Amino acid sequence: MLEQYLLSGITTGAIYALVALGFAIIYNASHVINFAQGEFVMIGGMASAAFFEAGLPLPLAVVLAIGMATLVGVLIEKLAVEPARDAPVVTLIIITIGASILLRGLATLVWDKKIHRVPAFSGETPITIGSGAGSATLLPQVLWVLGVSAVAVALLAWFFRRTLTGKAILAVSHNRLAARLMGISVRRVLAVSFGLSAALGALAGVLIAPIAFTSWDVGVMLGLKGFAAAILGGMGSSAGAVAGGLALGLIEALGAGYLSSAYKDVFAFLIIIAALVFLPHGLLGRSAAERV
Amino acid sequence: MPPSASRKPVLILAALIAALPLALPNDYTYEVAILVGLNAIVCVGLNLLIGYAGQISLGHAGFVGLGAYGSAILAARYGWPAWLAMPASVAGVALLAWAIGRPILRLKGHALAMGTLGFGIIVSIVLATEDRFTGGPDGMAVPPLLVQGEKAWYWIVGAALVGAVWLAQNLIDSPRGRALRALHGSEVAAGALGIDAAAHKLSAFVISALFAATAGALSAHYAGFITPGKASFLHSVELVTMVVFGGMASTLGAVAGAAVLTTLPQLLTVFKEYEMVLLGAAMMLTMIFMPRGLVPTLEKALAAARRRPR
Amino acid sequence: MVLRTLLGALALALPALLQAQPQPIRIGAFLATTGPAAFLGDPEQKTLELYVEKLNAGGGLLGRRLELVAYDSAGDAEKARGYVKRLLEQDKVDLLVGGSTTGETMAAVPLAEAAGVPFISLAGAVVIIEPVKKWVFKTPHTDRMACEKVFVDMRARGVAKAALISGAGGFDRSMRAECLKVAGKHGIQIVADETYGAGDTDMTAQLAKIKATPGVQAVLNAGFGQGPAVVTKNYRQIGIGLPLYQSHGVASKQYVSLAGDAAEGVRLPAAALLVADTLPDADPQKKVVVSYKRDYESRYKQEVSTFGGHAYDGLMLAVEAIRRAGSTDKAKVRDALEATRGYVGTGGVVNMSAQDHMGLDLSAFRMLEVRKGDWQLVK
Repeated sequence: MLEQYLLSGITTGAIYALVALGFAIIYNASHVINFAQGEFVMIGGMASAAFFEAGLPLPLAVVLAIGMATLVGVLIEKLAVEPARDAPVVTLIIITIGASILLRGLATLVWDKKIHRVPAFSGETPITIGSGAGSATLLPQVLWVLGVSAVAVALLAWFFRRTLTGKAILAVSHNRLAARLMGISVRRVLAVSFGLSAALGALAGVLIAPIAFTSWDVGVMLGLKGFAAAILGGMGSSAGAVAGGLALGLIEALGAGYLSSAYKDVFAFLIIIAALVFLPHGLLGRSAAERV
Repeated sequence: MPPSASRKPVLILAALIAALPLALPNDYTYEVAILVGLNAIVCVGLNLLIGYAGQISLGHAGFVGLGAYGSAILAARYGWPAWLAMPASVAGVALLAWAIGRPILRLKGHALAMGTLGFGIIVSIVLATEDRFTGGPDGMAVPPLLVQGEKAWYWIVGAALVGAVWLAQNLIDSPRGRALRALHGSEVAAGALGIDAAAHKLSAFVISALFAATAGALSAHYAGFITPGKASFLHSVELVTMVVFGGMASTLGAVAGAAVLTTLPQLLTVFKEYEMVLLGAAMMLTMIFMPRGLVPTLEKALAAARRRPR
Repeated sequence: MVLRTLLGALALALPALLQAQPQPIRIGAFLATTGPAAFLGDPEQKTLELYVEKLNAGGGLLGRRLELVAYDSAGDAEKARGYVKRLLEQDKVDLLVGGSTTGETMAAVPLAEAAGVPFISLAGAVVIIEPVKKWVFKTPHTDRMACEKVFVDMRARGVAKAALISGAGGFDRSMRAECLKVAGKHGIQIVADETYGAGDTDMTAQLAKIKATPGVQAVLNAGFGQGPAVVTKNYRQIGIGLPLYQSHGVASKQYVSLAGDAAEGVRLPAAALLVADTLPDADPQKKVVVSYKRDYESRYKQEVSTFGGHAYDGLMLAVEAIRRAGSTDKAKVRDALEATRGYVGTGGVVNMSAQDHMGLDLSAFRMLEVRKGDWQLVK
């Protein structure tokens, strides 16, 4: 049974990791916690379901859905975050909260309030690993979730370290003024960050929709868990986001399996709080010097 | 600051509360006013924590819920009279806030946000799961107070709100309040001045929890019914939004934020399926154009108008 | 001169004429058309709108127009309370229909009782009508009935030990509590009791625990929304070969289409509405369910659900009661509601009494099985 719990934990953990990465990227570029991150996940799932139901082949539907979410992310940055760029961070957070409400409302108007399914990328026949008491089953879709997430994380690492835009984003996250002095357009960096986070969120939504379905409010819980994972791993650290996501998924699954399934979320949050008390900057976060 | 200045918010508020019934045509509008008042009490307390002490709490609805359920369970399951159950519940919540405050307030920034968020969620899950005590997610009935009727409750909540604002203003203008504001500016610098940061943060936390629990207990007995939704994460976010929207570090701002964000959904309901879209858009636009919040922006506009040469 | 006299007479008569225009009968509704219970509230709202329109087209009720005043309580008990206040105080409705979820209903109950307005609830938990409240009635079958129907069927298949898995919502937990209470009476022992959270994407951990429980012979999932669909898929994925029962909370084609092939062989208790076309002609409900299904589906191009059916029953019971009472006098309508006998609705045949404000018995529930993506009546 442990194997089944581990698989279950890694599956949900991978999704949390993608959402957490989205939080980390936006936070790095703007110090804003984007409460609308969960809604990007929702747009990914719902848009791909809608495009598929309209008759488009699945791969095209998926790509269009991610593209749509990226566009929405950039629009939010341009229309809502940029005009308020000099406002206190708390105000920006409230703006993203308003954006999340707006997006959910739009989702019920553009699509509907029903639950939708998206077909699995490569079928539904479960794969069995191991045998006897130590066996576990997983859906092929889970392999897609894990595989694509790993590729996405690797691509991001390459992007941040090897491309000019990626390095510009990192520069802005370290010191905005210095970056500007070096000729980096902070506006462009912000737009790219939001677009990138939206794409990541939508990717998570698209990957998980065949397993857990999608609906207009699927982003609320996932956004919350992704946020928790990002902080657990160390807000602002990409590796931390992934580590936090996987850790949260595993804690939930093991908690449900070995303790009480009713209190698995309580268990997970208690562990997160305890971890933060001992490691205030998260699992992989760096301790920052505080300016007086 | 001259001592009379701090009494202005209390007087303005008391005058508003006394005059409002003239504009309320029926019991339903009284109900909305009472809800505004209850939210305002929580917000005034939360504002002390967020606006003055510079901390963040994403789980304050947890205290509201605990205050409500504490009083409800004592009254409904143990037969305590309401006037005893309410203060007992509030005191219990204050004690809990004191106990968990010390470890949680050691966290800063996002870690603190996560810590308070986690607390709020844990509370709402426990309330929803322990159905034997709490009636589960469908909630439980609460024996009403001896006083009944919207008009009577309006005056009770109104008095409680005036009391809350008066307490908050007194705190802000006291040496303790100034210490809090110093903390907000810079914890390290304040420490260098001999201010015990931990103790002051804890007291702001406990006081705001007290206000929240009081509002919770009152709302339980007013409505005659409570559900775990009172302690939900969404409700915590709503409360923080009200404080920021109205203007942080402004007691009247907290009241104004509560007033606008409680009545706005009621007004927008005529738009049926467009309600969510309009609410989200309204929040975004107001924060973009009034980034410091409603009341500070209005105050600045008034001051600028006064300063203009005639 | 004559003209002036005529005009004067008209002016004097006008107020009287306007007065004589009959006031519409106001039906107040508070439904969860958005929020987590939206797939309850949405068909309920559509049904009420459709039939209020039809009734008005047919001349109204007692010579008066029907007016529907509906608000969206979004599954939130506090919002529901506020809207019921608004309906009673501001809109001054004659009767209340609504409360898609139990939480919303229970928040509204004290208001309806205090105001003395008949209230027909569309929610499921047994606590709504037990203990009986003077002004409160309900149309859906109770969660206790669902448990009993499932346990009776389990017994018939030789099951003695069953596992329970439920979600965190009000419906889930209420039904779970009822099932734990009545299982013993029907000779079923509950050997595992697992839960999952709202919005959870994977229940394999809980199901693995159930699979490993010694002696378990069947599993009952008490829930609604997307949880049961995920449970069903996970169930097949980890290869639990035991009979799976769902609750009436997923009595809609949406569940079948979401769960796909995994739903094959799943049984659940549901109203006859779902198998309207395959009911034998002699079935007393046949006419009503076929007619409702036809009206709803042709108008909204969506499959019927039992939730919309309960709203239909609620409205029709109210209309019948007002007709029998001959007025909208609230006390008379209440008495007429309580005296309902032999009303054939989508949920079953309703016989109310002073002790029973729901009026359905276990036979109103049919046991259905999913076969090839469609419902089949289990004999």
